Amino acid sequence: MGPELEIAHQPGVAKPDPVLTIDGMQRAFGGLMAVNVDHLEIQRNTITSIIGPNGAGKTTLFNLLTGFDSPDQGQFSLDGELLVGIPAHQVAQRGMVRTFQLTKVLPRLTVLENMLVAAKAQPGATFRGAVVGGWQGAERQNEEQARDILQQFGLTAMADEYAGRLSGGQRKLLEMARALMVRPTVVMLDEPTAGVNPVLIQSLLEHVKGLKASGMTVLFVEHDMDVVQSISDWVVVVGEGEVIAEGPPGAIARNPAVIEAYLGKHRAEDVE
Amino acid sequence: MDWMQILAAGVLATIGPVTAGYALSAIGLNLQFGYAGLLNFGHVASMLVGAYGTAMTVEFGGPLWLGLIVGIVAAVLLGLLLGLPTLRLRADYFAITSIAAAEVLRLVVRSSWAQPLTGGVFGLQGFGGDFHALNPFPTSELYGFGQFVVTGRALWVILVGWALVLLATLFIARLINSPWGRVLKAIREDEDATRSLGRNVFAYKLQALMIGGAIAGLAGILFALEQQSIHPDAFQPRITFLLFVMVILGGAGSIWGAVLGAAVFGFLFYATDALMARLQANVDFIGAIFSPAEAGLIKYILVGVALMLLMAFRPQGLLRSRDQGRADGS
Repeated sequence: MGPELEIAHQPGVAKPDPVLTIDGMQRAFGGLMAVNVDHLEIQRNTITSIIGPNGAGKTTLFNLLTGFDSPDQGQFSLDGELLVGIPAHQVAQRGMVRTFQLTKVLPRLTVLENMLVAAKAQPGATFRGAVVGGWQGAERQNEEQARDILQQFGLTAMADEYAGRLSGGQRKLLEMARALMVRPTVVMLDEPTAGVNPVLIQSLLEHVKGLKASGMTVLFVEHDMDVVQSISDWVVVVGEGEVIAEGPPGAIARNPAVIEAYLGKHRAEDVE
Repeated sequence: MDWMQILAAGVLATIGPVTAGYALSAIGLNLQFGYAGLLNFGHVASMLVGAYGTAMTVEFGGPLWLGLIVGIVAAVLLGLLLGLPTLRLRADYFAITSIAAAEVLRLVVRSSWAQPLTGGVFGLQGFGGDFHALNPFPTSELYGFGQFVVTGRALWVILVGWALVLLATLFIARLINSPWGRVLKAIREDEDATRSLGRNVFAYKLQALMIGGAIAGLAGILFALEQQSIHPDAFQPRITFLLFVMVILGGAGSIWGAVLGAAVFGFLFYATDALMARLQANVDFIGAIFSPAEAGLIKYILVGVALMLLMAFRPQGLLRSRDQGRADGS
């Protein structure tokens, strides 16, 4: 999506080349409608952020899209392929991979092993393949790929350390690097900057931009408005489970519906 | 007091067929618990199914080789049947379900209406003739030196038992050092993370349960053939927990740890038993405090203390590196 795309700044607007399309998706927990998205398209090869106040349903939406939760109703498709009702590991295999709000590294595996767990082409990862053998060739190629990615993320020196010994920021980097081993088309980052020190945030954001530069679509949930403003091409605002606004970051900050969602109705009137 | 006798009792028990059987079963449990992180509190059920599968087949006129196949296949199927409905549960619920399943199975086997098939509380006897007929050593001949001697009959079971332990260990090593094993360890560390990377966590856990079950089934068969007799109450939940002690003692998630854990446990258990029996008989004031039966129970206390000390000073187990132990903390 160019700097100023010629599409309307309204919820559910159609995009020229959507990689991800959500239709009529609902998920309720008891009486609470956590997610209720009529229609949402994510443009290919952009950085799209999903923002919203706490409890707006951002993480639930993430879980629904990655197979970690199932919607009560509705559907979504990745590259035109319907993915509803498909378990999480198959969503990842089809090219949509996620990270977690609370970083999930595999502590008693080395950094390199963390990467290799995600390697896509590995016949030795099945029981039969492991018994029969002959997976070492694929392993060498995967290791090469893993070391390349670790290099990009500045984790080369840590490759043989247990992941449990990494700092919080390094864990965030490893999680992102590891996701790339799946060779995804869409990368979903759940609060990538949460708990990361300001210096590292900058380098983390460079990596996020790098994902876009290498052709991927990035969808991320974020609380830090400075971060959202600085790297998003497009912002989707969620409130009480629904998409209440979308548009480029500049326009979003001035949108009264957004100010209302964040600050409450009366405050919004005060601001005006 | 004859220290050599005490040492011999410990050493003979350590290399004996019972320890080999425990080591084999512990290898299976180590795959499930040490690598896949499955809290299988019903591990003993796989041993029961393996032992009864073989014994019943032979009892009903089948050949021994068919009995072995039936025993192992039954143990694999038990893993499948237990895993399909329960592996999606959270770890603690799986633990509860597995111990319940193992107890239900034991109670069914010992029930009076199962008696025509399983022999009920009386169990089954005399199905191991073909196995002992294969023994190349004269059964009553003694092998060894000094006080370290075993009969030809025992030697045969010892050799078969430890050969199985070696084969099982090499098999597990091959699996664990493969990408498959790496995924298994990843599941132990974090299921959701592994799932998010495109791995079918459920299928891997099911496979671990079935393979570990097959190895435990083999251990059950070994026990049955060695003793020529099985009865359901030999398969109490206690056995599972002793196996957990062995695995944790040796180092959960280390390839030789389960074997070493079983050996160390066996040695501690039988050496303290021999020691207490001698002390009771030879040292007056100990003889005055404990009856022979009471002295026999002291071994549980001594073994418990020894295990506590080991855990206090080497919490990661005997064979796991300190470094790896440290990585858990953060």
